[in-house]
Amino acid sequence: MNSSVIVFPGSNCDRDIASALEKMQFKNKMIWHKETKLPKSDLIVIPGGFSYGDYLRSGAIAGKSLIVNEVIKAANNGCLILGICNGFQILTETGLLKGVLLRNKNLKFINKDVHIKVTNNKTKFTNKYSEEQILRINIAHNEGNYFTNAVHLEELKNENLIAFKYSDKKGNIDEKSNPNGSIENIAGIYNSKKNILGMMPHPERMVDKLISNTDGINLFSSLLN
Amino acid sequence: MKFSVIVTLKRDVLDPQGKVVQNTLQDLGMDNLKNVRQGKYFEIEMSDIDQKKAEKKVDDMCRKLLANLIIEDYKINKI
Repeated sequence: MNSSVIVFPGSNCDRDIASALEKMQFKNKMIWHKETKLPKSDLIVIPGGFSYGDYLRSGAIAGKSLIVNEVIKAANNGCLILGICNGFQILTETGLLKGVLLRNKNLKFINKDVHIKVTNNKTKFTNKYSEEQILRINIAHNEGNYFTNAVHLEELKNENLIAFKYSDKKGNIDEKSNPNGSIENIAGIYNSKKNILGMMPHPERMVDKLISNTDGINLFSSLLN
Repeated sequence: MKFSVIVTLKRDVLDPQGKVVQNTLQDLGMDNLKNVRQGKYFEIEMSDIDQKKAEKKVDDMCRKLLANLIIEDYKINKI
């Protein structure tokens, strides 16, 4: 499977995701944001970091960069797109995903392992997880507080477009297990065609027992499935 | 020709930064304080073209980049 990782000035999880993809046998290429053509890709990843120093709003400037036009075209042609953390913020700024990521409710940068529940395991991104599986996964963000309007929230629920929800170890989804104030504990969502996933947690950090755990591996093996 | 643009969070969007500023002002003993909302301010200088055209362009800038219309409102003023 061919993957492309888009690199912006200020991206800082680009090499982590590249290393995770290569470990999982993806043929990966790094694409600088000034490129105007994308190589043939089955998967495009927009990595985490602080593109353009979070100037204006997180993801706002990257969301208007040259390469993003190509990403939008590829997305509309059905290419799989994964946006992690700042990548999720960028996807909302491009309009490929609806809603917005606001400042964390407690105004603090949160960097810790949390639990998330797989709310839909019937997609290209999650088919190797079991239904309602609980993952322990790292988050590291200042703007992860997902917000959207009531109409879109209904659409997310009715069409099963919520990918992951913050929960506790046992799978309880409540205010206590919500680290950043996200509406309905949402940690990741799909677009209506389910070929685009945006998520705040970092699956690429959970692919090696030596440094963390392997709860992120199945996201990549799902894509290969 | 210069314009000012003020971008603020919409009324129904929680503004935690504004709240913290408000609480701190209250701690400083500022009374009669009802509410604080925080926003962003831009000064935009345009070359000398027809004012209406210039305003339209600034409006376009707000929609395309300066404000995220899901959560923010903007106001343009000629200065």
